Amino acid sequence: MKISLTLNNRPKTFDVAPDEYLVDTLRRYGYTSVRRGCDTTSCGVCTLLVDDKPVPSCAFLSARADGARLTTVEGIPETASKLAEHFGERGADQCGFCNPGIALAVHSMEQSGMPADDATIDHYLVGNLCRCTGYQSQREAIKAYLGDKK
Amino acid sequence: MKKTKTVNQQVPSVDGKGIMMGRPAFTDDLTPRNALVIKVLRSPHAFAKITSIDTSEAERIEGVELILTHKDFKRNAYTRAGQGYPEPSPHDKFVLDEYVRYVGDEVAAVAAVDEATAEAAVKAIDVEYEKLDPVLDFETAKDNDTLVHPEDDIYEMFPIGFDPKRNVAASYHMEVGDVEKTLSESEITVENTYYTQAQAHVMLEPHTVNAQLDYQNRLVLISATQTPWHVRRILSQTLEIPLSRIRVIKPRVGGGFGGKQAIHGEMLAAAVTMRTGQPSRLTYTREEVFESSYTRHPMRMTIRMGAKRDGTITSIDFHGLSDTGAYGEHALTVYMVTGSKVLPLYNKVDAVRFQGDIVYTNHVSSGAYRGYGAVQGNYAVESTIDMLAEKLGMDPFALREKNMMLENETSPIFEIMGEGTEGTAMVMESNKLDYCVARGKELIGYDEKYPRRETGESKVRSIGGAIAMQGSGIPYIDMGAATIKLNDDGFYNLTVGATDIGQGSDTILAQIAAEQLGVAVDKVIVYSSDTDLTPFDVGAYASSTTYVSGNAVLKAARSMRRMVIDEAARTLDVNAEDITFEGEVFKVEGSAPLTLSDLSNRLYYNEDQKQLTTTGSYYGTKSPPPFMAGFVEIELDTETGEYEILEYASVVDCGTTINPALARGQVEGGLMQGIGMAAFEDVEYSKKGKMITGDLLNYKIPTNLSVKKFTTEFADSYEESGPYGAKSVAEIGTDTPPAAIANAVYNAVGVRIDSLPITPEKIQKAMNDKKENDV
Ligand code: FES
Ligand code: FES
Repeated sequence: MKISLTLNNRPKTFDVAPDEYLVDTLRRYGYTSVRRGCDTTSCGVCTLLVDDKPVPSCAFLSARADGARLTTVEGIPETASKLAEHFGERGADQCGFCNPGIALAVHSMEQSGMPADDATIDHYLVGNLCRCTGYQSQREAIKAYLGDKK
Repeated sequence: MKKTKTVNQQVPSVDGKGIMMGRPAFTDDLTPRNALVIKVLRSPHAFAKITSIDTSEAERIEGVELILTHKDFKRNAYTRAGQGYPEPSPHDKFVLDEYVRYVGDEVAAVAAVDEATAEAAVKAIDVEYEKLDPVLDFETAKDNDTLVHPEDDIYEMFPIGFDPKRNVAASYHMEVGDVEKTLSESEITVENTYYTQAQAHVMLEPHTVNAQLDYQNRLVLISATQTPWHVRRILSQTLEIPLSRIRVIKPRVGGGFGGKQAIHGEMLAAAVTMRTGQPSRLTYTREEVFESSYTRHPMRMTIRMGAKRDGTITSIDFHGLSDTGAYGEHALTVYMVTGSKVLPLYNKVDAVRFQGDIVYTNHVSSGAYRGYGAVQGNYAVESTIDMLAEKLGMDPFALREKNMMLENETSPIFEIMGEGTEGTAMVMESNKLDYCVARGKELIGYDEKYPRRETGESKVRSIGGAIAMQGSGIPYIDMGAATIKLNDDGFYNLTVGATDIGQGSDTILAQIAAEQLGVAVDKVIVYSSDTDLTPFDVGAYASSTTYVSGNAVLKAARSMRRMVIDEAARTLDVNAEDITFEGEVFKVEGSAPLTLSDLSNRLYYNEDQKQLTTTGSYYGTKSPPPFMAGFVEIELDTETGEYEILEYASVVDCGTTINPALARGQVEGGLMQGIGMAAFEDVEYSKKGKMITGDLLNYKIPTNLSVKKFTTEFADSYEESGPYGAKSVAEIGTDTPPAAIANAVYNAVGVRIDSLPITPEKIQKAMNDKKENDV
């Protein structure tokens, strides 16, 4: 079946199977920044913004995305680039497999105007697993990034 | 230390931004669009012999291109371990075999045009099994009626104690002095037995590989591997493809932690592409990563320690048993490190013995995993130290300070124990363990807080700690190499075999080169790990990259620096000694300065044209250990046994930190994995041997809520033999949490948890048992 949607502000039409998930559709069409880390909606690696809300694209049927507004990390280059600088300063960037998902989550947190304190950041990002860092460096970097924006 | 501009400075990673911005980087991002999808049929039984495989129905499915079973492969026993050659691991694995030895072992592989077709074909394969009695308890494995490896065409490369007819993959024994005698003469002795569990690596990028034949008809693999050269060699030997026809490219890797040191899908992807001529790809599902890759070796360790009443430790006896699972990857070497990277901490003993067997069972194979035995041994020894301190009526850190190895000291164990072979004698030229302990105590507030404080009705806060050491590569075995090339406009390419798997080695190696060459890091374009394009490196393991590969980079950079100065001297028609050169401009008194950019443009376009390139290689003649002291403060609920980690304070001596932010990342990331192992991570099996924690719902890893605070500092230390004074830092973080948390729990409520993970249930039960005994 065909779905039409907006991806990073550009209109797109994708041919999808009815049981296909967005992560697989997007990868198939070459949007490889959206990656898969698990089969159980547990890791947050596949995070995507659907109508500005972070969702795990591994559990979002592509068919349901018809008419939706999708954002991958390529759609938020400024956030990603600035956030990367803060990550770099604190050793929070290791393998980076989790990073695009985190950038998208942070972007949506920023949009929603939530307070940039530790507890809010932790709560908002608890679904974005990372096996390389101890999280603290990420938390500090995110806080610094959100603080910069104030 | 001399003043440095780049090394030991805040330098952003060379790749962090591109990765964060989502650029194609990882193996699966680089898979050819038309690649056949490989799916593997895996064993539902813990141990069985395949009596028949009927693939005819699966073959008839449209879109199925190839089905491989054990009948399609010559029986070449190999090891997936991914170690130096000859390997200290038994060659006990076949690409596909008529026996399946654990739930998840490979039975057959299907290559099809897409995932759905491949999955349908896997389901359509009809296999008959003769079920065999599995060995699921490693303590009964040796001399069990069941032989996990009954076949005769498996072998060891050199003596490692391999005895498959007794289910023994390897075994080891060493003794310094007379342990029994020393123990019997000791005024105080303690003894305890510990168990450590299987831990899963859970790197977020699953094992992934793709293969294709290029236009020279060579096999090209892009693989998420820590060891491209080992992969190439093992593929060549096992599939009998000439080494010169294989190219292995390591792109960005999404974490490894030892799990990607070994061969995973490479063998099947190579076989499919060689036979079909078509590109292929194999990406493990998360379930396959859990069930069909590796875990940390579970162990049982019995420690006996003897001491004089004044707190002098006189002897340590370490007797262990390690479960290598179905195949013997890293069996001997992980076990040896359990002793060799722990026991030298207490180097003043009169006698020390270390022995044990590593046995086969029908569990998922155990393999390399950050900490690599040291974390298991550390838990056992550092828990026992606290027990001994209590019996002596001493503060446990006073006991450590009295007995631990200091700078300029050595231990006979270094010479006796290597990794799979004999070791290398060495003196600790840099060892700031005394500072690490003293500073760590300050950071955690030891003097005020040790051992415990009541903080509420049923809440206590307590402190526990441990010390640790690791190594920096394997001396005389691990080799790394680096090539530096000058470009026009005066910037450099640095190509290294060293495999960045997310730990940041590309960045720190570029920093080392930039420091020596006197340029900014962005003038050094680094490219890592491609068996065709970069020089050799054993790969990312054994905490070797900074020290071994870093030294190779330093050698190459020194040589390049001499080369450009010589060329400048020729151009300026002066003696090289008359030139002052920081890195960008050649200055000579009395004549106009020449820039590196002008020199290189001239070299490539105008006069006396030539390419400047140079290669440095290095192998260690010792393995200077990093050291650390780790302290944890927990708050424990005495009713439920639940505890929270309030702070983990560590002070690490890893020599110079080439990149302090990345070093901190290594330490805290390692700590988090050690904390996961200490507190709750646990690979569990059903009675029939099926893993019941095969996904992220049932196997939990730490989240951002798991630890309240890390405080991480580095000791001021300089290792003469390291590049700019650096030692390794990749693994040591993992080592202290199990013992530190066990000691903290003991200090909170007086129960010693001697099996990992240290769960609230175990604490509660131990407290109840204690209450009953006390009555
Ligand atoms: S892939 Fe893990 S949550 Fe989607
Ligand atoms: S940086 Fe590797 S998973 Fe987060």
